[in-house]
Amino acid sequence: MTQQLDTTEIGAARGRVDARAKVTGTAPYAYEHHVDQATYGHLVLSSIARGRVTAIDATEAFAQGGVHAVVTHENAHRLADVSDGELAVLQSDRVGFRGQIVAIVVAEDPETAREAARLVQVTYDEEPHESVLDADSPDLYAPDQVNPAFETDTDEGDVEAALAEAAFTVDAVYETPVQHNSPMEPHQTVATWDHHDGRDRLVLLDSTQGVHPVRQTLAPLFALDPQQVTVEAPFVGGGFGSKGMPHANVVAAAIAAKHSGGRPVKLPLTRQQTFTLGGHRTPTVQRVRLGADADGRLDATWHEVVEHTSRVKEFAEQTAVATRLMYDSPNRRTSHRLHALDVPVASWMRAPGEAPGSFALEVAMDELAVATGVDPVELRVRNDPASDPESGHPWSQRHLVECLREGAERFGWQTGVPPRSRREGRWLVGQGVASATYPLNVMPGNEAEVEALDGGRYAVRIGAVDIGTGARTILGQIAADALGCPVGAVELSIGDTSLPFATVAGGSAGTTSWGSAIVAAARALRDEHGASPAVGAVARGVQPENPDTEQYSIHSFGAHFVEAHVDAHTGEVRVPRMVSVFSAGRIINPTTARSQLLGGMVMGLSAALHEETVIDPSGRMPNHDLAQYHVASHADIGHLEAHWLDEVDEHANPMGSKGIGEIGIVGAAAAVANATFDATGVRVRSLPLTADKLGG
Amino acid sequence: MEADLTWRVDGVEHTLAVDTRTTVLDALRDRLGNTSPKKGCDHGQCGACTVLVDGRRQLSCLGLAVAHDGSEITTAAGLVDGDELHPVQQAFVDHDGLQCGYCTPGQVCSAVGMLDEVKAGHPSAVSDDLEADVELDEDEIRERMSGNLCRCGAYSNIVAAIEEAARA
Ligand code: FES
Ligand code: FES
Repeated sequence: MTQQLDTTEIGAARGRVDARAKVTGTAPYAYEHHVDQATYGHLVLSSIARGRVTAIDATEAFAQGGVHAVVTHENAHRLADVSDGELAVLQSDRVGFRGQIVAIVVAEDPETAREAARLVQVTYDEEPHESVLDADSPDLYAPDQVNPAFETDTDEGDVEAALAEAAFTVDAVYETPVQHNSPMEPHQTVATWDHHDGRDRLVLLDSTQGVHPVRQTLAPLFALDPQQVTVEAPFVGGGFGSKGMPHANVVAAAIAAKHSGGRPVKLPLTRQQTFTLGGHRTPTVQRVRLGADADGRLDATWHEVVEHTSRVKEFAEQTAVATRLMYDSPNRRTSHRLHALDVPVASWMRAPGEAPGSFALEVAMDELAVATGVDPVELRVRNDPASDPESGHPWSQRHLVECLREGAERFGWQTGVPPRSRREGRWLVGQGVASATYPLNVMPGNEAEVEALDGGRYAVRIGAVDIGTGARTILGQIAADALGCPVGAVELSIGDTSLPFATVAGGSAGTTSWGSAIVAAARALRDEHGASPAVGAVARGVQPENPDTEQYSIHSFGAHFVEAHVDAHTGEVRVPRMVSVFSAGRIINPTTARSQLLGGMVMGLSAALHEETVIDPSGRMPNHDLAQYHVASHADIGHLEAHWLDEVDEHANPMGSKGIGEIGIVGAAAAVANATFDATGVRVRSLPLTADKLGG
Repeated sequence: MEADLTWRVDGVEHTLAVDTRTTVLDALRDRLGNTSPKKGCDHGQCGACTVLVDGRRQLSCLGLAVAHDGSEITTAAGLVDGDELHPVQQAFVDHDGLQCGYCTPGQVCSAVGMLDEVKAGHPSAVSDDLEADVELDEDEIRERMSGNLCRCGAYSNIVAAIEEAARA
């Protein structure tokens, strides 16, 4: 049990403190900072999927005038560490995927940079390549572990025997496509090299989810101490995982600034370039086999996953990991296999693992409900495990059943209505449900500093980043309660490596990890300086270890209820209504929390309806922009409700909160798919749920 | 090649020489340092760059600056009246119609322009009667705002904000 804060500010619905700056557009994002003497970079990307660059001719590019440098593998600043294949930018002539950086143009203005980049002539020696995932490929392999450090395979009991004896079985293959995070602010960096304390210094303004992680990653590449790299990210236009670790573009900006005559380089990615350089969600092919008794009680759960990974750098998404603990099933087997391809590097996208994995498992559960004749809500209730089936630990709280019951009530869930039995005009109407879970992730090592100011005010400092989550608002609320002062007395500073160390805004771990450090610093200030500290009194706090995370299984849960309409003639899917209920511990700020939960649900709806990046046999991503990679727009989103259970998880952290950044997307697409089945009687097992799959 | 251009941006007249390839968006951001309009795609696909040109909403990434000599441009930064936010901006704040804020200035400008279109009687694809006055319900707002993507998914709150601003 962690010592809980007395809450006054925590739990209060507070407006976003930076809302005014955002609605006027005066909040500065990375590229938007004024820097003296700026130059502008533009990337040249490879037009082959595999091979070598044999020649680069920059004559025409330089003929433009105003071009300061064309940086290629032949002249690029040498990195001290090239072990990371994604980040070893321009360190060799090798091309590992189509859309990889082969040159950087640095010019006086953006128009010149872009035109010059177009004029750079690159000649290649092309080699045979593979870019399309094949779940039956003989080359599949088992990674050592899956993201971030889960076992690749698990096997409990005798799943095959249990399946053979089951009264009812489901055996189906589910597919999810490549998806792109597509934050509205493309990745962009402003890089400057200068001298500080007699040493070289790399100064970055970056669009990132973690300033300290960028510092830690880039410093060794340039043979610098971490202190020689400063990173600022005051405002970030979304990330959803794609800015969770620095990608090649950040390294490219730092290299470009080695070639700009000491001037800063502004390097924005075009939207198209973000598709090959900013990471993506791996495609999955998932075979799920379930075996249940006559009452629908699971006896066997077998979830096999095949994904792609880039030959340049492995990323193994933990797609089946949540299946290990979602339902009570004595016999369980999960596995992950990778197909290494000559494709861009896959990475984190909101709820990596849980999001695609829940699509397969939760649609399979719907199929089991149909097979057994048990209502889908009731089926999930019946299979709710009393303790974590994977670790054997007790749950800190598992209120999935409450979420299901409350959601069914609020939604108006109907039982016993057969599929394809409701119609409103040309629309076939259906309802669907799916469960969600997401673990409490804790990122260790966070520190915070508190300083007493005059007038009973406090400065609170931590290098956390607000990527749109509301961190800038809620960390102030947490600090206020930790210090026992009004929220208006807290002056919070975030988003800068000059502040105490903070981990990434990712894994729904920010509030837990940063908040615990702030609470530790506040408690240290009180311990060291009493209730009325002198002006200038400073205390630092380090996020303590939480032993409960070893003894309890700590997870958020949720249940989504969706009404889907499917056009009886065209198969077009619309979602007029979605009601979701979450169990996520204490909600720190109902205003920003609701927005974040809704945002996750919207991204899940978007995945259900639209999202699919094509990687064709040539290794291209032909739909690499927002006109062809569709994300949900205003007209796609109907009536949404996000509710939560009023609760506190005292095992989680001093705030009693769990993460809310990702739980909203988990299961959302499955609920839509299940609703479209209910509407049409047509079972679609691949995302997105486009008209061609449902029509007729 | 460069050309001279005079326009008013957020009430202030500017004369500048621009590369003829420069878009309205880049001229505002890179030349005038007005970064209120955002670059989300540079291709007319996201709406983040929406500004008001002579009172009408327009994607600033799709226009060339040289073609806007004499134009009156208003960005979200120029919608404020002294310290006072524009009612649409205030409604976005009140309804938390934003998260990361990157699409927000475009959403705000688009909403301001859209409300004027409604007042002027412009129908949309979901208007039942093309001649009648528009009844600005949620479906009308969603349809008319669909050129402005929000990857954070603040749509529900944006629609609520616009409904309130429309009532005011
Ligand atoms: S930047 Fe203009 S529409 Fe996207
Ligand atoms: S608020 Fe982030 S994209 Fe709309």
